[in-house]
Amino acid sequence: MTRRPGTRDPKRTGAEVVIVGGGVTGLSAGFWLAREGVDVLVLEAGMVGDEASGRNGGGCSHHHSPLFAEEQRLWPLMDDLLGYPTEFRSERIRLAFSEAQMALYARAKINAEHQGFSTEILDTKEARKLVPLADENTVGGYFYHFGGHANPHRTLAGYAFAMEDHGGQLRQNTRVTGIRIQGGQVTGVETDAGFFGCDHLVIAAGPQTAHLAAMIGCDVPLAAARAEMIVTEALPLMPYGGVDGNGLYGRQTLRGNLAYGGGPHEWVETVPDRAPGKPSSPLMGGIANRLATLLPKAAHARIIRSWAGIMENTPDGRPVIDHAPGVDNVVVATLSSVGFGLSPASGRAIRDLVIERRCTFADISTFRLNRFADLEPDWRERLGWLPLR
Amino acid sequence: MLGEDGPAPGSPVDLKSVAGKPPVTSESFDLLVIGAGKAGLRAAIEAAEAGLKTVLVDENPIPYATMGEDVPRHFGQAMTGAARNRNAMMEAFVASEPLFEAAFEAGVDIRLGTACWGLYAKGAALRHLPGLVAGLSDETSASLVAPRHVIVATGRRDMGLGFPGWQLPGVMGASAARLLAEHYDGALTSGRIVILGSDTEALLTALALAKRGVKTAAVIDQAERPVASPDLIVGAEQAGIPILCRSVIREAIGSERVEGVLVGELDADGVPTGAELQIDCDGIVLAIGSVPMIDLLQAAGAACRFDPARGGHVPLVDFRGRTSLPSVYAIGDCAGIWPEKSRDATIAEQEACDAVDAILGRASERNDRPEPHAEYDLSAYRKAWLRASVIHARAEFPLCQCEDVSARDLLQLRPPRYLEWEGQMPEAHSLAALLAAGPPDPDQLKRMTRAGMGPCQGRRCREQIAALLALEADADLATVPLASYRAPVRPLPLALAASLGEVPLQGEHWDSWFGMHAQWRPFWEVKGQFTLATNDTSGEVASE
Repeated sequence: MTRRPGTRDPKRTGAEVVIVGGGVTGLSAGFWLAREGVDVLVLEAGMVGDEASGRNGGGCSHHHSPLFAEEQRLWPLMDDLLGYPTEFRSERIRLAFSEAQMALYARAKINAEHQGFSTEILDTKEARKLVPLADENTVGGYFYHFGGHANPHRTLAGYAFAMEDHGGQLRQNTRVTGIRIQGGQVTGVETDAGFFGCDHLVIAAGPQTAHLAAMIGCDVPLAAARAEMIVTEALPLMPYGGVDGNGLYGRQTLRGNLAYGGGPHEWVETVPDRAPGKPSSPLMGGIANRLATLLPKAAHARIIRSWAGIMENTPDGRPVIDHAPGVDNVVVATLSSVGFGLSPASGRAIRDLVIERRCTFADISTFRLNRFADLEPDWRERLGWLPLR
Repeated sequence: MLGEDGPAPGSPVDLKSVAGKPPVTSESFDLLVIGAGKAGLRAAIEAAEAGLKTVLVDENPIPYATMGEDVPRHFGQAMTGAARNRNAMMEAFVASEPLFEAAFEAGVDIRLGTACWGLYAKGAALRHLPGLVAGLSDETSASLVAPRHVIVATGRRDMGLGFPGWQLPGVMGASAARLLAEHYDGALTSGRIVILGSDTEALLTALALAKRGVKTAAVIDQAERPVASPDLIVGAEQAGIPILCRSVIREAIGSERVEGVLVGELDADGVPTGAELQIDCDGIVLAIGSVPMIDLLQAAGAACRFDPARGGHVPLVDFRGRTSLPSVYAIGDCAGIWPEKSRDATIAEQEACDAVDAILGRASERNDRPEPHAEYDLSAYRKAWLRASVIHARAEFPLCQCEDVSARDLLQLRPPRYLEWEGQMPEAHSLAALLAAGPPDPDQLKRMTRAGMGPCQGRRCREQIAALLALEADADLATVPLASYRAPVRPLPLALAASLGEVPLQGEHWDSWFGMHAQWRPFWEVKGQFTLATNDTSGEVASE
């Protein structure tokens, strides 16, 4: 694709690059593209970040991913790059309450060391000292000198505002209903607000990605699930907010609230024409129980909200960031339920695929779609990833 | 191992999913009635007399500390020390309502000081629930119960209204003031009040408080003339209560608590002229909007709509009080507030009887009660109050007190203050720009500014923010969707929620995320093709 900064015809409906999906992945891609003058339009069926992008723990520590190095490089720069605060704070502490947890949580240390990042092992006393709300009930923990956490809502707004500041456009409440193809190329998308032409299409629509990709004959194996979080009233700030473990993910926000999630998910069916319902459940109690063990000195804190989000998973739980087969100018992206923290890097990878046709900064061959070419067709049944009767 | 709702026998189960993990309930019974006002009590009596095992919960008397946080109503620190005495308040609350005696006699299991913080209905995305589940708590315990039917009779609260000094103790909602005066044995600190708003609810408040010895120094309204029913306006005049129209509160005066109000005159466009007068008082009562308390129902997923004749957002109900959730009913003020109903308790009690008839399958004819009609243009009225008091305020103040968000912060979509961000928000990202690009959405505003996300759960600011959005969008209030409520609709300590318990299967397979081996395999160990047959799932895994 040729770059034509500033050549957008104001009368034209559409953009050089249309991105379907106003979550962190789509908006980050939009930001990276707009930043270098590409005419980009993000279409969001509902409200920005209303699905998994706005309903997650804000963690930025994905040491298993080929995008890890770039995730770590970019997060400390994001506030300046975007011009808006993301609430990013570096480093993470993970506390263990059994030898089994201690052993399992070692994997982050091993993976990060493999990539040049260090971790301190904490004993009970050291853990207690670093985490004022913790107590003597840990068997120990890890102090990861990498990763960290940011605020999903602040970050979503930052991507959207920065993209618009660079000339990109965002349309919310605009649902894609069809994709037009001509001569092996996508020429634009049909929506409930009319047709939007494009030279290049990015589908990054979370749980809706499979429905949209199917419109161009592209099979993305995905199943959607509902998962829950709770948040407490604000408490005095701990020196490091990124404290989790004991089967929970989450953090203390800079406002002081404890925002944590974990526990069983519910597989749900998604339909193309509307957002799925996402009620929370009494699972709140199970999360509270583990949080009161993780941070006993916060046991008096009161839960003021619980909420659920819908996220999609591929059969191996790993992202797809790839060109759609059969059409020249479409990139399909799903981060498979682990997308927030990676979003600075995943958006840049999508920008690379659109502009350079390949990722220039990481080997993302494990994100290819054709890894599922031999996947058993009844994979959802076999995994038990179906809604309950 | 799996209940009847699990996948078909023999088919694979995702052990990390909710399959086979229903919540643990401690009791089941025929009917849970939430709220022991006239409607709730009447429903419980009728049901118990018909032989239904009926539990009636009411959060009153509310713990003093909870009141101090303006949950669930805007108490504004206007409760006396007497409200700390739980036993005395319990007695006073029971004594304040004659129907309690009949309820005890009918065998209703009455639990006071017990809040219902969550209601959950089995549905498309909560398939593992056994049916209806309700979360209850008192000061020392929490539990989940499984009622066959639920009647919600949670009553009302008051629309908040900001002005400089509205954070001062002594600024309270009308229903909170009446609760303290009438049901908490007069545990109201204020003896001389100024009331904002002049509708029927406002003047009923003035007259009811007068009976308890509380003098209303003035009723203030931005409107050209009082909006209450004419006989009440005459009644107020006869009781010596001055009604000042085309006026707005400019400021609450006082250092530690309210000592007076500064009242400003408005011109024909609703703009303060600068002419002001001071009125001494020790309480300011917000009575500009009586709001059905629908938090529990909306959080449970009951369909709601904006109905100006019923006081704002109300659950969709049929003539028997059936909501969109099976076996869940709404009666009394939470199903709609209108002047005739506020003045005639038999209307709410009839709603209670109709709902119980529906539960019992009793044949009853569709009643022909007249549909309520709005006393005034609720959208225009609330917007006008917001314009006069908030938009034309002489100083900045937090509209959302919990999260310290001012009207200016909302108009600029400024990131929250705790970030101490010093950047400038461009005009292009203002609320006006957002509203030019799409419909108003209070949930979006919440996420961008945090307004409404504090411990009072938006009860003091949500109607104001809706009115602000309607003003900025130049639209009717009816076009502004309801900001979502979330369980727990009453703050619930972690330690109490932790005691709810879980089935062993949930503990055995608990993981922070999906617990998938392949998801967390480091990329340098990932093989080319993925199939379930070749996927290694041996050994323990913890999601990162």
